[in-house]
Amino acid sequence: MINRLTMIPPTEMAGALWQIASSGKFNADILFTVTNTAAAITLSVIGGFLAGATLHAMPRLRHAANPLLSAYYAVPVFVFYPLLIVAFGVGRGALIAMGALVGIVAMIVNTLDGLDRVPPVLIKTAEVLKLGYARKLLLVRLPAALPYLVTGVKLAAAYSVIGIVAGEFILATAGIGKRIAFGYQDFDNRTMYGMLLLLLILVMVVNGALAYWEKRLHRRFGRS
Amino acid sequence: MTDPALVDAGIHIEARGITKIFAAVGGGNDVHAVGPLDLDIRHGEFFSVVGPSGCGKSTLLDILAGLTRPTSGTVVCAGAKVGAAVPDGIGVVFQQDASFAWLSVKDNVAFGLRRKGFAAPEIKRRVDHALAFMGLSGFAGAYPAQLSGGMRQRVCIARTLVMQPSVLLLDEPFAALDQQTRLLMGDELLRIWRDTGATVVLITHALDEAGMLSDRIGIMSARPGRFIDIVATGWPRDRDSRIVSDRHFGEVTARLWTRLREESLRAIGRDEMPASAAQQAHRP
Amino acid sequence: MKARHLDTLLLLLCLGFAWELIYALVGPDVVPSPVTTLRRAGELVQTANFWKDAASTGHAFALACAIGIGGGIAIGLLLGFSKLATEVADPMLGTIYSIPKITLYPIILLIFGLNLSAKVAFGVIHGVFPVIIATMSALRNVPPIHRRTAHVLGLSPAATISTVLVPAALPEIFSGIRIGVAVTLLGTLLAEMFASASGLGFALTRAMELHEVVDIFALALLIFASAAILNGSLLALERRLRGHD
Repeated sequence: MINRLTMIPPTEMAGALWQIASSGKFNADILFTVTNTAAAITLSVIGGFLAGATLHAMPRLRHAANPLLSAYYAVPVFVFYPLLIVAFGVGRGALIAMGALVGIVAMIVNTLDGLDRVPPVLIKTAEVLKLGYARKLLLVRLPAALPYLVTGVKLAAAYSVIGIVAGEFILATAGIGKRIAFGYQDFDNRTMYGMLLLLLILVMVVNGALAYWEKRLHRRFGRS
Repeated sequence: MTDPALVDAGIHIEARGITKIFAAVGGGNDVHAVGPLDLDIRHGEFFSVVGPSGCGKSTLLDILAGLTRPTSGTVVCAGAKVGAAVPDGIGVVFQQDASFAWLSVKDNVAFGLRRKGFAAPEIKRRVDHALAFMGLSGFAGAYPAQLSGGMRQRVCIARTLVMQPSVLLLDEPFAALDQQTRLLMGDELLRIWRDTGATVVLITHALDEAGMLSDRIGIMSARPGRFIDIVATGWPRDRDSRIVSDRHFGEVTARLWTRLREESLRAIGRDEMPASAAQQAHRP
Repeated sequence: MKARHLDTLLLLLCLGFAWELIYALVGPDVVPSPVTTLRRAGELVQTANFWKDAASTGHAFALACAIGIGGGIAIGLLLGFSKLATEVADPMLGTIYSIPKITLYPIILLIFGLNLSAKVAFGVIHGVFPVIIATMSALRNVPPIHRRTAHVLGLSPAATISTVLVPAALPEIFSGIRIGVAVTLLGTLLAEMFASASGLGFALTRAMELHEVVDIFALALLIFASAAILNGSLLALERRLRGHD
């Protein structure tokens, strides 16, 4: 029914994916994307947590920044992509920076939410035990907020992938995004859809794993 | 039946001229929560504070613990002034569940000791002892979410005891528990008090609890909270919850309620309640 | 002016200074100075072309919001009221939400072609999911005691929903709407960037291709400002709904 030039049947997509996986032809690209993503997620999570914790500790700053944080989502952050390239060169740097920029706000917002939900009695307990600020944050606030922080990691991961693959698509030097772009331009639908399917599966696996961890944490904490 | 040791004991905690005023937020008046009040608590004493809702009992405990700074006045504990930090040797048990959900019971209890850098063998010794003392030995590996409210509170108490505090402050620790559990925990608290020799300050809204557990009971007025009376029970040191059958117990709680009734009415904004028709009919 | 608004302005000023600093460090090829950017933004706002693009984007954005946000709330409510539906839909939604929507772009373009409906479709697929998820979560977080109270008061199912459940869930639904609106705008802009000859997204792409750094920043700034104002108004509304300031 649908023109073969536009879309191929799912069974063929799966077949194309199998070919890609078994031939190992694009392994270098896949590895490129995966390592970029891992780096970007790490940056988003750590940077996002620290930024979130800082905002949480300074309520006035937080309230001032609130309207700006949600507005961040609206800007297609990767218009700054060419500028990142000028800054970091045509390589991993710009891609990872893009991925981190896209993911960091999700982590900040969820960090704030998680820290808000720490029961005040736990902070009082920490004060009775005379813990300093850093120890209060790392030994009490962080573990108590963990289920919600993992939500942030989950979202930051999803957004980072988008930032990186979109960047690879535009830049087209390496990675899964490049293969999708080439596939699209060369009308090589098998490669294009195969790679799209691969991306989808990778994302679902990572997201599923994080969602599972999230659920387990909520159960451990006694909330369903 | 007064314990002579108690009479000779020195003052452990001394509070003078304590007031606490909370600044207004977003338009409105300042809240004058507590004071001015004075308080002397003797070494090894079991002292309870009762009062109507909102009278500032919890605020007072926060001040004694060093969790809040009083607006004016001083608190001296064992000769050292209590500033804006919690002094050593003070343990606090709160009303809400303060157990760390991400740690096992054993790790919860060991938490304070680990932070203070105690050696591992000493930590193990104290933790095992505290778990046995609180009847938690079988649950060392369990997580708080798997335990009942009463057991979680015991974990919090064990975590406090393991630090061997000389002063034990409890802010309505059993309020979230059912009556039977509450009575049993009262007995446990007395046992802890005797075995550790600590000075105990208990905030509670339950008059029977205060009456059966304490050496002395301070009655706080409605806000701003001040002490309107201090009742001495004269109980022997080896008491337990069965003291409720002692004739004197009824007198103690009656006296508490007589003083408190007016304050409680005032706290909810009413003076003497009008007698119902039935009550009027029974008047001579 | 409220102290809170002043604080935000103060923060913006600080960010402006940080921007100036980055500009000084990195040079005009990567980052233009704030002053240049603001001036260019001022120029753009006075051109007819800008407003033509803005109207095009605004049109698609408004439609996408109506469909995406409205539809999202409706679907969220429908799913949320049934416990079974919630249990089934939850994991599915989570997975779908995490799919990089760029993987769907080719398919949407092929279905809708290069015109307004593609833009609206992009906007909708971006915005509808946060709204559905937030609505379902909001309903789930309504304390069960409210439902029991309504039952005791003898309210009909329709009355329970409209007078108890929806008002109780509204603040959290609103948080979802705020995010939904922002990403709907993003989706609309992305559609214009990839597959359109009109709109602010297209203007951005043109600026990118010509490497007009100042234009990129000026446009991004204007977009961010509009989104911030929109978000700020929604925040004020949400605060009202939550009953505090």
